[in-house]
Amino acid sequence: MARPLGEATREAYGKTLAELGRENPNIVVLDGDLSKSTMTKYFAQEFPDRFFNVGIAEANMVGIAAGLASAGKIAFASSFACFVMCKAFDQMRLAVAYSRNNVKIVGSHGGISIGEDGVSQMGHEDIGLALSLPGFVVMVPADGAETRAAVRAAVEHVGPVYIRVGRPKAPIIYENGCPDFQIGKAITLREGRDVTLIANGLMVAAALDAADALASRGISARVLDMHTVRPLDESGIEKAARETGAIVVAEEHLLYTGLASQVAMAVARLHPVPMRFVGLRGYAESGAPDALMRKYGLTADDIAREALELVNTRQKAAV
Amino acid sequence: MVTTEVSVQQLERTARKLRRHIVKMLAIAGSGHPGSSLSAIDILTALFFGGVMRYDPKNPRWEDRDRFILSKGHAVPALYAVLAEAGFIPEEWLWQLRKIDTPMQGHPSVKDLPAVEASTGSLGQGLSIGLGMALAARLDGKSYRVYVMLGDGESEEGQVWEAAMAASHFHVGNLTAILDYNRFQLDGAIGEIMSIEPVVAKWQVFGWAVREIDGHHMPEILDALRWAKEPREQPSIIIAHTVKGKGVSFMESNNEFHGKAPTQAELEQALAELAD
Repeated sequence: MARPLGEATREAYGKTLAELGRENPNIVVLDGDLSKSTMTKYFAQEFPDRFFNVGIAEANMVGIAAGLASAGKIAFASSFACFVMCKAFDQMRLAVAYSRNNVKIVGSHGGISIGEDGVSQMGHEDIGLALSLPGFVVMVPADGAETRAAVRAAVEHVGPVYIRVGRPKAPIIYENGCPDFQIGKAITLREGRDVTLIANGLMVAAALDAADALASRGISARVLDMHTVRPLDESGIEKAARETGAIVVAEEHLLYTGLASQVAMAVARLHPVPMRFVGLRGYAESGAPDALMRKYGLTADDIAREALELVNTRQKAAV
Repeated sequence: MVTTEVSVQQLERTARKLRRHIVKMLAIAGSGHPGSSLSAIDILTALFFGGVMRYDPKNPRWEDRDRFILSKGHAVPALYAVLAEAGFIPEEWLWQLRKIDTPMQGHPSVKDLPAVEASTGSLGQGLSIGLGMALAARLDGKSYRVYVMLGDGESEEGQVWEAAMAASHFHVGNLTAILDYNRFQLDGAIGEIMSIEPVVAKWQVFGWAVREIDGHHMPEILDALRWAKEPREQPSIIIAHTVKGKGVSFMESNNEFHGKAPTQAELEQALAELAD
């Protein structure tokens, strides 16, 4: 069941940024002394004149990015997801979202899968913070190929974007690239009739594994890669609710403010069906990434168990 | 574009007129910040009408324009007054300050008014944004200059010093800050709430070229703005000593008028004092 590991999504981000730098002289990149971790180092090495390391000063970084964008640049600003979203939130609110500046924030080390460094370095709330800013497109790609597509889409899109990328090597979902990637359009990875599993980031691989496990028990699970949290693919969600009658959402983020709550709002309005949620309910801790994902309930087994309960409850009700 | 030489007397007369506009728009709005608008207006008058800044009111987003960011966004009545005088917006708009369904937001909003360079009002942000614009000018080989007006209370924000450090590190010579040092913040005197002294030494050790002036003395303001344009490989700051509420006797250094609009009776007295 284990999928082969590919590059980390942060690695794909950094390499794509360097490619884009060659194609588009208008792209500038800022980092807050984490370029070797966020992987903006590739762009920095190739385009030192268009790279600004502002030191450990995230608020200033986002302000400078807004100024560059207002003068016509496409400005990428990167740090760890928790630092850029928490420390520069006021700047993102006033100088980026409210001002509609063309700034792309890319937060690396999202989620708890960064492992041993612990909670202060983990992005638990970054997606919720980005979602609370009107006008921000919010994306959480699942693997290297999808990250490449998301970063390219961010450049095409005029306006604020937040992309979350991760630290560990990501299981390969898209072996042949992600040519059909479109902001706001979920990718159906597997068709199914009995239940729909909606996930993003690393949880997409877990959802596919969960679908395999469910198939062995005779349950047909649809899997949607919801790489864009806003704008949300509401038609894909409505269709899933109508055709499968049950939905499990899985994300490596606090459930209260991320993908789960967005999908729940859409389902409640468009086609209410029973739902279950796999994600964080509080802060994690230091530890090996795999051990953390198990302890905090972010595995294929957790998704399969919730899906099974949903389907069983429905069968009992039918009897 | 305004580049013609104007006399000091003309500028002082313009500043007096804009002071009248400031107190009138605040009285009509019924709320807002007179003290800090009146302390800043002589400097804004010199910037916009003293042949200092290049701009085109018919094309507010002209790529080669000089930029002015009012980082202390609560002084927006002063900014609106100069924008109307320069022809960016009709004078009638001034009387719509803070009203619903108008672009005249209570703090500068670039989304609503393109003649404004940056949305401000959450203090501490303007210098970083100005630095970004100044870096863009360098990347694009353009010669425009970016002016950022800071408040003294605002200088308590950490982001100001992050930007100060970065501007000097990046050797940005086309960035000029102006500190409106009127010595009061909302809760009281700067020195009592949170002193920013020694402010000249602070900017010097952060690597900036520093000049101190009387921010109400028009020849000194003009001279300092000319000094700021001299070619150098470091950013420059003009520390302007000002009087909060300057020009209206009962508002001068009276912090009651930090964030309180004049009544009708107070407006009449203010207009009488500011008459030509």
